[in-house]
Amino acid sequence: MTRTPPEPVQVIKHRRDAALKALTAGVPFIQYLGIQFDRRGDELTAILPFDPKLIGNPALPALHGGVTAAFLEVAAIIELAWSTLWEGMEQGSIDPAEIGTGPLHLPKTIDFTVDYLRTGLPRDAYARARVNRSGRRYASVHVEAWQDNRSRLFAQGTGHFLMPGE
Amino acid sequence: MTDIDKIARAFISALPHAAALGMQITSIGEGVVVMTMPWDARFVGDPATGVLHGGAVSSLLDTASGAAVMCHPAAPVSTATLDLRIDYFRAATPRQTITARAECYHVTRSVAFVRVTATDEDATRPVAAATGAFTLDRPRGLT
Repeated sequence: MTRTPPEPVQVIKHRRDAALKALTAGVPFIQYLGIQFDRRGDELTAILPFDPKLIGNPALPALHGGVTAAFLEVAAIIELAWSTLWEGMEQGSIDPAEIGTGPLHLPKTIDFTVDYLRTGLPRDAYARARVNRSGRRYASVHVEAWQDNRSRLFAQGTGHFLMPGE
Repeated sequence: MTDIDKIARAFISALPHAAALGMQITSIGEGVVVMTMPWDARFVGDPATGVLHGGAVSSLLDTASGAAVMCHPAAPVSTATLDLRIDYFRAATPRQTITARAECYHVTRSVAFVRVTATDEDATRPVAAATGAFTLDRPRGLT
């Protein structure tokens, strides 16, 4: 009996990175804010590199509250879309080559609540989201953001989303 | 220009992110601010339709809310968002300016409460609404 050799790791990585890029590269506002995603297996970290245009209060200076809200929301939506995509790719129900060829169907935000815990400093920010519940139509996602110190969050958020295709 | 006008206009022009998004104050009252943000291809969330990203609308809601706190008769020297809950009702119509009307409807010694609604050119059907709590820093000696 012959066993199919496992796919080379580079092939798998390239496929997953391309799928992730297809989710984010086509969204102008994500590019405008400069948000990037770091992937470790299925775990995503959203990164917001500091830029002077993100400042709200120049006297402190501090990140704009709207930037923080947008960053958290982007991190939540991409995590939610990515977790659905990941499952589909692993099960073989989604062909990775198809991702990004048609229009993107991202989850739609129903509501989003942001807790501002500390002043956002003029530095890079990071965020990780967790899908707490993902049903056929609705999903609930929690997201946490920090800067220098992972244990000192500067903001957190919870949002409800309408899944695409409903 | 009244003092309250000066304060609020200085507040908004001093916010690099609000300026970057093209936000403008169109009217100011006591604890009430109307602010606009033009449609811009860079702020789109869905390239297939040209609908603005929710995050851009959130930025406008947050900025208008902060401005409403700043022009409250309590005359705060500064404010920061404590929390903001945004409800999205529908997609904003592409290529239309978004208008947000924020009202700081209650203040305590150190907290301000705000509600805000955003519409596009169809003012009868809101695009989004939010409620928030903001810090309120009063002038020294008046606390």
